Amino acid sequence: MRRTMNSVIGAAALVLLAGSLAWAGKFMLINGAGATFPYPIYSKWFSEYAKVNEGVNFNYQSIGSGGGIRQITAQTVDFGATDGPMTDDQLRSAPAPILHFPTVLGGVVPIYNLPGVNENLNFTQAALTGIFLGNITNWNNPEIAKANPGVSLPNKPIVVVHRSDGSGTTFVWTDFLSSASIAWKAKVGKSTSVNWPVGLGGKGNEGVSALVQQTPYAIGYAELGYATNNKIPYGKVQNKTGQFVECTAQTISSAAASAKMPKDFRVSIVNPVGQDAYPVSSFTWLLVYKQQTDRAKGEALISFLRWMLKEGQKYTEPLGYAPLPSEVIQMEESAIEQIQLP
Amino acid sequence: MQQSIQTRKFFSVTALSLTGLFAAITVSVLFFILGYILFHGIRALNFGFFIHLPTPVGEPGGGMANAIVGTVKLLFLASLLGVPIGFFAGVYLAEFGHNRFGFWVRYATDLLNGVPSIVMGIFAYTLIVLPTRQFSTLAGGVALGIMMIPIAVRSTEEFLRLVPRSVREAAFALGIHEWKTIFFVVIPAAYRGLLTGILLDLARVAGETAPLLFTAFNNRVWSRGWMEPTASLPVMIFTYAIAPYEDWHAQAWAGALVLMMLVLVVNGGARLLLPRRRIAV
Amino acid sequence: MSRSSSPSFNWGDRFFRRVCFGFALTVVAIVIGLAGSLVWNSRLAIKQFGWSFLWGQTWDPVAPLFGALPFIYGTLVTSAVALCIAVPLGIGTAVFLAELAPPRVSEIVSFLVELLAAIPSVIYGLLGIFVVVPWVRTVASPGISAVLGWMPIFRGTPYGVGLFAAGLILAAMIVPFITTVSREVLLIVPRSQREAALALGATHWETVWNAILPYARSGIIGSIFLALARALGETMAVTMVVGNRPEIHASLFEPGYTMAAVLANEFTEATYDLYLHALIEIGLVLFCVTFIVNGLARLLLLRIGHSVEVNA
Repeated sequence: MRRTMNSVIGAAALVLLAGSLAWAGKFMLINGAGATFPYPIYSKWFSEYAKVNEGVNFNYQSIGSGGGIRQITAQTVDFGATDGPMTDDQLRSAPAPILHFPTVLGGVVPIYNLPGVNENLNFTQAALTGIFLGNITNWNNPEIAKANPGVSLPNKPIVVVHRSDGSGTTFVWTDFLSSASIAWKAKVGKSTSVNWPVGLGGKGNEGVSALVQQTPYAIGYAELGYATNNKIPYGKVQNKTGQFVECTAQTISSAAASAKMPKDFRVSIVNPVGQDAYPVSSFTWLLVYKQQTDRAKGEALISFLRWMLKEGQKYTEPLGYAPLPSEVIQMEESAIEQIQLP
Repeated sequence: MQQSIQTRKFFSVTALSLTGLFAAITVSVLFFILGYILFHGIRALNFGFFIHLPTPVGEPGGGMANAIVGTVKLLFLASLLGVPIGFFAGVYLAEFGHNRFGFWVRYATDLLNGVPSIVMGIFAYTLIVLPTRQFSTLAGGVALGIMMIPIAVRSTEEFLRLVPRSVREAAFALGIHEWKTIFFVVIPAAYRGLLTGILLDLARVAGETAPLLFTAFNNRVWSRGWMEPTASLPVMIFTYAIAPYEDWHAQAWAGALVLMMLVLVVNGGARLLLPRRRIAV
Repeated sequence: MSRSSSPSFNWGDRFFRRVCFGFALTVVAIVIGLAGSLVWNSRLAIKQFGWSFLWGQTWDPVAPLFGALPFIYGTLVTSAVALCIAVPLGIGTAVFLAELAPPRVSEIVSFLVELLAAIPSVIYGLLGIFVVVPWVRTVASPGISAVLGWMPIFRGTPYGVGLFAAGLILAAMIVPFITTVSREVLLIVPRSQREAALALGATHWETVWNAILPYARSGIIGSIFLALARALGETMAVTMVVGNRPEIHASLFEPGYTMAAVLANEFTEATYDLYLHALIEIGLVLFCVTFIVNGLARLLLLRIGHSVEVNA
């Protein structure tokens, strides 16, 4: 009995010591949370950056843009990430000024699961708004069929999938639908979290992709990378000039080209004018406090941002994103100076 | 209702066979779960699972090393909080608790036992995460620790009560003070049951996911010390399960296998170790 | 042993007793703190919505308008489905184990059933996503709709995810509670009951149904309440298969949402205080509901004069 007690106490002390000291060496942990939209490229970046700067490790949790905004406002993370820029109200309710830094361009594509249909579908703006409003309920509806001559669409009910969490991807998608349809704008509007007329909820881009992947006759929306990396079919979307455009790095960049980037970097590039612009494109931002409280962490963040602008952009295309336009990169490099270290 | 004896007998046999069928169904559910996880988990399990960190999305070869260590750290913290409180409260109830106050303590314990684990997570969030402005292993450990208390109390009280009065009386007859009796005579007499109760308690909270979602949060790399967010086995399984990546699904099965083996070994061992007495957990 | 009969009451005893008392008090304090913190941290929502929170059907963070009814509905329905399946299964198994099975078999099977209760809920969820949901989508849902689809609760598109799938998984999780406790209770029924029935010429089943089960009734009902409390609070397994849609539909095959699931999904992203408080208020409602159900369970189980309580 005495021996058991002694060994238990000894083991406990060891664990306590190990836990406290474990890897307490030079490396620093920077915590971030937010958008699932850029998660694939962020996870790649953080892994590559750790090779460049071995003393710093980034822990990024993809909990959705809403979560990113919330946690940076509550200061429980060192940086946030969102594809729906913070509103003026949200910025006002933060304890200190927060800066937006665009990182990549991406596009939101309509992903679907149609057994027996191998072609890539074309979706008119009216078709997408109708589907997500719940007005178009079957796959062989004329609005969908007329854009896809020659494709035999099944007479099956459409299973709509949307986000259950607060999402920048939702913001971009609903921004697009609002600009495409007055009915949508009036009834649902655009936000990171809306009152969806129909559909199942998936958590994160991951959850939506998984649900669509697993549910026949489903349609959802996700960032391009999720569709390409998981081989989920996605459709072309009709843009403002009437063209059916496939989401690629070029068409996304084309959409970004027409936008005038404001000083605070908060801009929407959905449904722009342009022949080959992909209408559901968006920037995605990192959220960082203007006034940093921890010098070492602030330095690491600044250093990462610079690396991201110079070296990081080359990882974008293979993963389903587009690099930032060069003018934006230049603007950002000077904007990084705004971050103040203690 | 005058049915013939044959009808009644037939009905009786049928009804009783049905109960046998139900029992078979219940047991087969267990075997199905075990078998399924064994099958999928073994295929995905490899040495790398235990020593590698998670890799970026889409890159193969990741593991759950940090999650396993995280779970160990969380359980350690949880027992630091839950075991002393549960144990001594249980001692109080068994030795001194035959009064009004004891009634309220038992009632509170039952209440705590019934609190859904997600609500426990909310409590730890408001208690620790908000003031410290940090997701941390500490917050997760506190959430799990509070969950451990009711079972520890109940199990301690029950096993101490099992020790016969004669043992205590013998000690008193020898002139030993009360506290020494309890501490050096009664508790050692029950120590097997007490230890098993604690182990079962640990096994139970090891699988809890909900309280960790917004306390310990999650981590893609190692978590140092106690004030950083940490990965844990159940949260990793959850995150990977709802994602679309095949590689992550495989790792989720592997993680589920590891978790389940842990839980089943402890539970199985506990039942075998103790005499036929049912454990009040 | 009480203070007065101890030969010499010294400082050691006093100290030890105080320490134990202190820890016991801590337990009570934690419970009070928990309840208080839930109320305090949901005050904004309580003030804004009052009681209408409980029957508000809209959960709209944009408006902002928060009503908990869809979640309360989803929680109750999934638990009800779970009980409908688990109660017959659980009691039947308990009867088999207590009445028919030889003692050795009874012990082994009983042990196996208890193992079911030990399996973590995230593992149930994992199996839910990859086994139960596809099965419901391809087999159960179309099958049941074909036969019973004239009833509103069985109509609907086979999504797979939804209230029915969640109920199914919950049933598997709560069966052990009903079985274990019911079996204990049945074993305690005095032989005299059984012998009296047999002496009157009852068949074995008639004995069970008319003499034994009624005697064990309050214990069995207590076990059902325990199982219910567990089902009400279950988070992970349900979140992974319920469909995450805060709406009330008649059909079981439609997606839904439960109180615990919305907390798991939306807690980290409540972007403003009212939103967070509304979520915590759902936690408070959940706490109160499980408190009441557990209280009833305790009442029923104490009446049989034996603390037959199980891992909850």
